[in-house]
Amino acid sequence: MLPHPALNHQLTNIMTMETSNNNKHTEAQAQPAAAAKPAAPAAKPAVKPAPAPAAPLPPAENELKPVMLKPEEVYTHVADLYEKGFTFLECLTGMDWGTDAETGGLGVIYQLENPENGEKAVFQTLTHDRENPVLASITSFYDIANIYEREVYDFYGIRFVGHNDMRRIYLREDWIGYPMRKDDETEKFNPLRMTNEPLADETVGLKPADEAMKTLAYSEQKHRIFQPEEYVVNIGPQHPSTHGVLHFRVSLEGERIKKIDPVLGYIHRGVEKLNEQLTYPQTLALTDRLDYLGAMQNRHATCMVIEKAMRINVSDRVKVIRTIMDELQRIDSHILFFSCLAQDLGATTAFLYGFRDREKILDIFEETCGGRLILNYNTIGGVMADIHPNFQKRVSEFIPYMRKNIKEYYDIFVNNVIFRNRAIGVGVLSKEECISFGCTGGTGRAAGWSNDVRKRMPYAAYDRVEFNEVLHTEGDSYARTLVRLEEIMESLNIIEQLIDNIPEGNFQEKMKPIIKVPEGIYYSAVEGSRGEFGALLVSKGDKSPYRLHYRSTGLPLVAVMDHACRNNMIADLITIGGTLDYVVPDIDR
Amino acid sequence: MNNENYFAGLASGVKSLATGLKTTMREFFTKKITEQYPENRETLEMFDRFRGSLSMPHNENNQHKCVGCGICQMACPNDTIKVTSEFVTTEDGKKKKRLVKYEYNLGSCMFCQLCTRACPHGAIEFDQSYENAVFDRSKLIKVLNNEGSSVVEK
Amino acid sequence: MFDFSKISSWLHGFLTGYIPEWAAILTESVLVALAIITLYAVFAIVLIYMERKICAAFQCRLGPMRVGPWGTLQVFSDVFKMLTKEIINLRKTDMFLHNLAPFLVVSASMVTFACLPWNKGAHMIDFNVGVFFFLAISSVGVVGILLAGWSSNNKYSLIGAMRSGAQIISYELSIGMTMLAMICLTGTMSFSEICEQQAVEGWNIFRGHVPAVLAFIIYLIAGNAECNRGPFDLPESESELTAGYHTEYSGMHFGYYYLAEYLNLFICAGMASTIFLGGWAPLHIAGLEGFNHIMDLIPGAVWFLGKAFFVVFLLMWLRWTFPRLRIDQILSLEWKYLVPITMFNLVLMALLVSLGLTF
Repeated sequence: MLPHPALNHQLTNIMTMETSNNNKHTEAQAQPAAAAKPAAPAAKPAVKPAPAPAAPLPPAENELKPVMLKPEEVYTHVADLYEKGFTFLECLTGMDWGTDAETGGLGVIYQLENPENGEKAVFQTLTHDRENPVLASITSFYDIANIYEREVYDFYGIRFVGHNDMRRIYLREDWIGYPMRKDDETEKFNPLRMTNEPLADETVGLKPADEAMKTLAYSEQKHRIFQPEEYVVNIGPQHPSTHGVLHFRVSLEGERIKKIDPVLGYIHRGVEKLNEQLTYPQTLALTDRLDYLGAMQNRHATCMVIEKAMRINVSDRVKVIRTIMDELQRIDSHILFFSCLAQDLGATTAFLYGFRDREKILDIFEETCGGRLILNYNTIGGVMADIHPNFQKRVSEFIPYMRKNIKEYYDIFVNNVIFRNRAIGVGVLSKEECISFGCTGGTGRAAGWSNDVRKRMPYAAYDRVEFNEVLHTEGDSYARTLVRLEEIMESLNIIEQLIDNIPEGNFQEKMKPIIKVPEGIYYSAVEGSRGEFGALLVSKGDKSPYRLHYRSTGLPLVAVMDHACRNNMIADLITIGGTLDYVVPDIDR
Repeated sequence: MNNENYFAGLASGVKSLATGLKTTMREFFTKKITEQYPENRETLEMFDRFRGSLSMPHNENNQHKCVGCGICQMACPNDTIKVTSEFVTTEDGKKKKRLVKYEYNLGSCMFCQLCTRACPHGAIEFDQSYENAVFDRSKLIKVLNNEGSSVVEK
Repeated sequence: MFDFSKISSWLHGFLTGYIPEWAAILTESVLVALAIITLYAVFAIVLIYMERKICAAFQCRLGPMRVGPWGTLQVFSDVFKMLTKEIINLRKTDMFLHNLAPFLVVSASMVTFACLPWNKGAHMIDFNVGVFFFLAISSVGVVGILLAGWSSNNKYSLIGAMRSGAQIISYELSIGMTMLAMICLTGTMSFSEICEQQAVEGWNIFRGHVPAVLAFIIYLIAGNAECNRGPFDLPESESELTAGYHTEYSGMHFGYYYLAEYLNLFICAGMASTIFLGGWAPLHIAGLEGFNHIMDLIPGAVWFLGKAFFVVFLLMWLRWTFPRLRIDQILSLEWKYLVPITMFNLVLMALLVSLGLTF
């Protein structure tokens, strides 16, 4: 499977996904046809996932065709791409391709993007060595690679040369084995341990023998995370303002923060590992439990990656319903963002005003979906049930209500001089830093990075509504707050355009009882409540995924905490954490 | 810091504080939104799609629609459902599956609706009960088919 | 106007009729102490209930509704719960200081509480430098807070205590200076005389007009900060330091901090009403004899409590509206804004008094 070195040069060309324009074009063509014939039976999947290899499938628009590189070539290839402007590491996924001597091994799929023009580069690498797998680290280009590579190390045991902090990230430090490997005997070596979890002060770095990384020879270097004389305070795992079970080890100098070391994994549930044993519909049950404030969007992304991989076109009605639901979810999340930020900064009253208004959205959700937090609404090929007869009325009433009440948010909290002083100029992240850390969503947009997936790669019904991408340039905590509140208004605009024009059609396509996805690697992303939420699906044609990896929206936001908080005060950690708006179950998965 | 900034900042700061005070004072007199549960238990109605717990509706003759096929059991990601069925010989000599016991563990259910969607006969559905707290975990395991119930003959 | 000293002198006469004078004074002291402690407990309960209901109303909620009609018995049950809780002894802490700290805080608060003039003739502690005494004794509490933070052997507690120390010591400056401005006006430091004067000549806030109003506002801000209450509650800001200096306390030891916090709020409000709003002095409007006469019929204690609870309401309104400040902002508010303004205010007041421009 590894290309010949001579071929390699030609293969390192950039694999570009369909540009957003292309995408828009095809969808726009497909939709009027479906809308015109509401009574017609559901548009069948263009071609059945046929068992006969003779019938070629039409290309799936979300299929990735990563170029295979040798481990030694990755570093130079990335350096090359970085020069060309691919400064955004969208996703980095560890893979176990099995034990076969030819094609098997442990690998990584890289997805890079050029934030200027949306061009994508996808490639992968593979090592056959399962005893001591070593790959090249790309942390020197992308700050976020640090935490992504630790994740891969944790699950697959791949060590990255050039990475200076090879610790486990989600699992306990005394965990034995690498659970995502297909041949790992997790339960045999890891009984329920009743001892306290060790938390090392030392870590190992892999120093490359050759700076240019032509070879992957390395020497191990131990170094301390915190010096013995440092005053280290634990913020979390049980702490009111970490918004979940998150743990920061914070080194203080008086009230000033010198360094933060996030300790993750307190609610790691192994969702990606579970996915490998579940059927496709069953995997959906877990997506609502990732980022619970983006339940609709998470499930939307997962459904979308499966649908597109199966070459199913969902009806127009479903697309519009999904769009409305996504936006309601976004408003819900942003209201909660405001509330929790206010609560963290001591404005308890503002907190309850937010909850008062959020209740209305939850009622809307509950009436149609039957749940308030765990919504369980999107399905493969449609939605669980058609919208409730009261849905349109309720939503139409909610829009003016929210527009009125959002003024109160500004009056009581956002315009308040105390909050302004606490937020303006605090935790500034520049556009370049946001890109390097992969901080998509409101955090990136507050720094002027136009990264909205709804604009970048339109999906569902976003290509037919008019809305602005809210951009600020300051990149501080105040800008991050404003971006969210202004996005509430934009979301209301989107809903307003769609709510009275929901086209007729099926709310669920006919699906086979057992869903199988054609072999391939697929990736679909949606704009989640706090950034790009993507689902990377590797299928071998079975009824359960070979690998279903989620691009977490929150992980980059936690990774950037250290950088954003340094030299700020301990009270600013709360402000910065609150405005970055991470949700822990999404980070830990 | 020049003087102009100092005083302008002071004035705008005081103004923003006053706006905040005005907002809270207005809310002080508005209607409160607290729902007084359990006092309102009588009038509290859940939405009809609310997923309380799994149930198997029986008609007035103590008959349900479950044929004991076990598809729901296979669809469940959590092994929440356990269907026990037996083969009986009907009067015309055919062998037929019959439901003996339908056990449902509310404690491990995650309300994903895969069972109700999978059921070919519409035998199970979610009810709107919401007071599901019990003192003992064993009470969460419920038998959904009534004592002595039988399947609806079509 | 009813004079409480009639009762106290009658009681003194009654007691000396049966027992020697030293014994009578001892008995009276015990009675007064009991009165202080009882009032202290009663006010704590009233204030906690009031805070819960008021904060709920600001937040579109109802507040406690379960225990007793309208939740009136909620606080009693909470106090009972707190009394039954175990006081946990921690390893590796300085036990003596750890146990001493809450008593320092609560006793400082109690003695300050005793300075309040309840009615005409009803002053528990009253002498010619009453204001000094009040300022001095109220700052003993900070020692308790610092000790609590230090002896807990907890990093959160220590940071909370340090913040509290910095904050309280800074804001005492503003409190002192605003009081000084008012002393300029009244010419006396005795609380009883300050009240008597206001009963005759009108409330200080009207007499001193511009500088007095300014001083009143600054006193409220600084007093709020003294009590460690929002928006100045950063020594115990729960979203940063879990509970700040009293993180490691449990049971009634924690209860003392809780009590002291609420009583300090009341003391701050009571002092504001004594110095600025006339204490027990009724509202008089010059020229309206009938109105003034009706006002005189209302007992002084009612006036005092009414004013004090009005100020308490103002402080609660502030607390439940604003977000918390950061430590450097709290200090810059004090040193860059409040201190210059109070200094200017003091000079202004002195000028007005010397030029006879006050009423």
